[in-house]
Amino acid sequence: MNIQISNGRLIDPKNRIDAVCDVYISAGRIAALGATPAGFVIEKVIDATGLIVAPGLIDLAARLREPGYEYKATLESEMNAAVAGGITSLACPPDTDPPLDEPGLVEMLKHRARNLNQAHVYPVGALTTALKGQELTEMAELVDAGCVAFSQADAPLIDTRVLLRAMQYAATFGFGVWLRPQDSFLAKEGVAHDGEVATRCGLAAIPSCAETIALATMLALAQETGAKLHICRLSSAAGVELIRAAKRQGLAVTCDVSMNHVHLSERDIGFFDPNCHLIPPLRSLADRAALRAGLLDGTINAICSDHTPVDEDAKQLPFAEAEAGATGLELLLPLVLKWAQQENITLSEALAKSTLQSAQILGLDAGHLSIGAAADICVFDPEMYWKVESSALNSQGKNTPFTGLEVQGKVRYTLVDGQLVYQG
Amino acid sequence: MKNPQLNKHGELQHLLTTEGLPVQIMRDILDRASTFLDVTDVHEIRKVPMLHGKSVFNVFFENSTRTRTTFEIAAKRLSADVVNLNIGSSSTSKGETLLDTVGNLCAMHADMFVVRHAQSGAAHFIARHVAPDVHVINAGDGRHAHPTQALLDMFTIRHYKKEFHNLRVAIVGDVLHSRVARSQIHALTTLGVPEVRVIAPKTLLPTMVENLGVQVYHDMAQGLTDVDVVLMLRLQNERMQGAALPSAQEYFKYYGLTEEKLAHARPDAIVMHPGPMNRGIEIDSSVADGAHSVILSQVTFGIAVRMAVMSMLAGNK
Repeated sequence: MNIQISNGRLIDPKNRIDAVCDVYISAGRIAALGATPAGFVIEKVIDATGLIVAPGLIDLAARLREPGYEYKATLESEMNAAVAGGITSLACPPDTDPPLDEPGLVEMLKHRARNLNQAHVYPVGALTTALKGQELTEMAELVDAGCVAFSQADAPLIDTRVLLRAMQYAATFGFGVWLRPQDSFLAKEGVAHDGEVATRCGLAAIPSCAETIALATMLALAQETGAKLHICRLSSAAGVELIRAAKRQGLAVTCDVSMNHVHLSERDIGFFDPNCHLIPPLRSLADRAALRAGLLDGTINAICSDHTPVDEDAKQLPFAEAEAGATGLELLLPLVLKWAQQENITLSEALAKSTLQSAQILGLDAGHLSIGAAADICVFDPEMYWKVESSALNSQGKNTPFTGLEVQGKVRYTLVDGQLVYQG
Repeated sequence: MKNPQLNKHGELQHLLTTEGLPVQIMRDILDRASTFLDVTDVHEIRKVPMLHGKSVFNVFFENSTRTRTTFEIAAKRLSADVVNLNIGSSSTSKGETLLDTVGNLCAMHADMFVVRHAQSGAAHFIARHVAPDVHVINAGDGRHAHPTQALLDMFTIRHYKKEFHNLRVAIVGDVLHSRVARSQIHALTTLGVPEVRVIAPKTLLPTMVENLGVQVYHDMAQGLTDVDVVLMLRLQNERMQGAALPSAQEYFKYYGLTEEKLAHARPDAIVMHPGPMNRGIEIDSSVADGAHSVILSQVTFGIAVRMAVMSMLAGNK
């Protein structure tokens, strides 16, 4: 279908456009910007007056819970949530049940996702069989099946030699290795940052050095192997400093942070709010400030939702027993906008962190609205205020620390490959 | 953020922690507790009909004969009906969720829950989910809080020392894993004790403990110098397995309270312990049974303080 998105303010970080400009879509691709191209028959007009037209968001961490955890969420529910949040592509970690360690599982997931015809799903394959940290998966086969990178999700990889081998093998083919740094001995039984809140509340703690020790190992192995390393969900100031130093020395490492850690700290745990039980733990205000500084100076490349739908029963427990994680797909856009406002940066700079930058980490030619690019577009109202209410979320995961918060920015239209998949 | 243990009139709805407990409520509890003690012999406790017709459920997800018994005695002296439930050995092991257990107990028309649970924050969780007219008393949640223990300690300190504003108090031992220590620290600082010390090896102290308003010592002789009150903590045997300590012997040598170490304290110092004691590990028998020890008074006062808390809660709607 030929679509005209008219009168919207087009923001495209890659092409440095921030201006009112019509967008023309044909055969699923951006056909033209500005004036109607010759011979273009408009079949549908989306009036974007007063709205922002941006590349669809690309989320580097969204758990869809299939296969295995359908009681927490299903592909249907989460894909609806994604497009309602303006997300047109998402990477899902391999911590399903069974984990994404076989091509058949990945093909099935890709197939199911394709049939839903909503956001693009990019599975991150398991780095080791069953995520046990012992044997390598068939990475090349998994890439053929549709994996875009390899990860341990939150499962520990204790044996450093296995990690070295995994990175060497991935580097052979140029595959990305995505790791969340955490020393599993130091993090054992921990549920909160080792700081004043854990001390006050008597919660078992995870020190920042659990992150930096593992991170230093990963950076050294990336240097050694030449593997394309991406660090997931950085949480500490000391971690930011390590990445900054590694980048300064020329290591091609990338890094993301979850929107939760951009906005929250250990203090939000308050009186044991289980919604703030997250992985990695929310750390101190100083850590949050360092993460924000890292985003601004480019040390941290991207912001992800770290979407983790949890069923109600698993959350209705005392803090440590409550399952970690929060829903996030529908909050990524407003929380990126909130961050932009707080830091006084342009929308283009802010949106790049969840569009163009994430696409580059995924190795996709996406996250921009160049002529000829796939028409993955998010049209949103930047002025509209709305209150986060669990019951109004499309995601089957209803738990978020942001419940009750007034946020600004509401998705009005989401297009994937030129098809209107969401209208709000 | 709303204080979860106060009702909208600022009265005590639940007793969950001594942190943020208004000083006036704390003093009222101590004053009320003293009315339950016999005027001629402070170790005798009166029986009063204040909770007649009310039912108190002792809900223990973690076993504790001592604490449960003192709550039971306190409730009975107030003429309440008492139901004891050791949940650790029944419902939850059959897969019932904590929320279901709480719902079921509310349906049995409990007026008050006395709750002990191995998880920090469990009492707050239960208080959030009980019917609005039910009161929750935290009898110990994980490493977080044990407010009635701290309040009975405050009562004991006041009984022997009269005032709080001129005291130096040392808490000795495993602060990291201790709900008692956390509650004591908040109670002492709230009541105006100018100097609270903690004495322990670094492996038994939580990060940034000084932010709770205490001074940190690693040496017993220094830490005990000129203190008026010594609060000993129980050392769990499993600390040796977790690599927090090399051995009980070494711990006793450096951190066990002996007469020799106690000599650094003021001559009229009192020694307290929440029980049960590990004699020869954290405290020497000669101190536990010696002239400075007020450990048995703590037990009696504990009943009066728990009566005070229960009767105060029952009066607040």
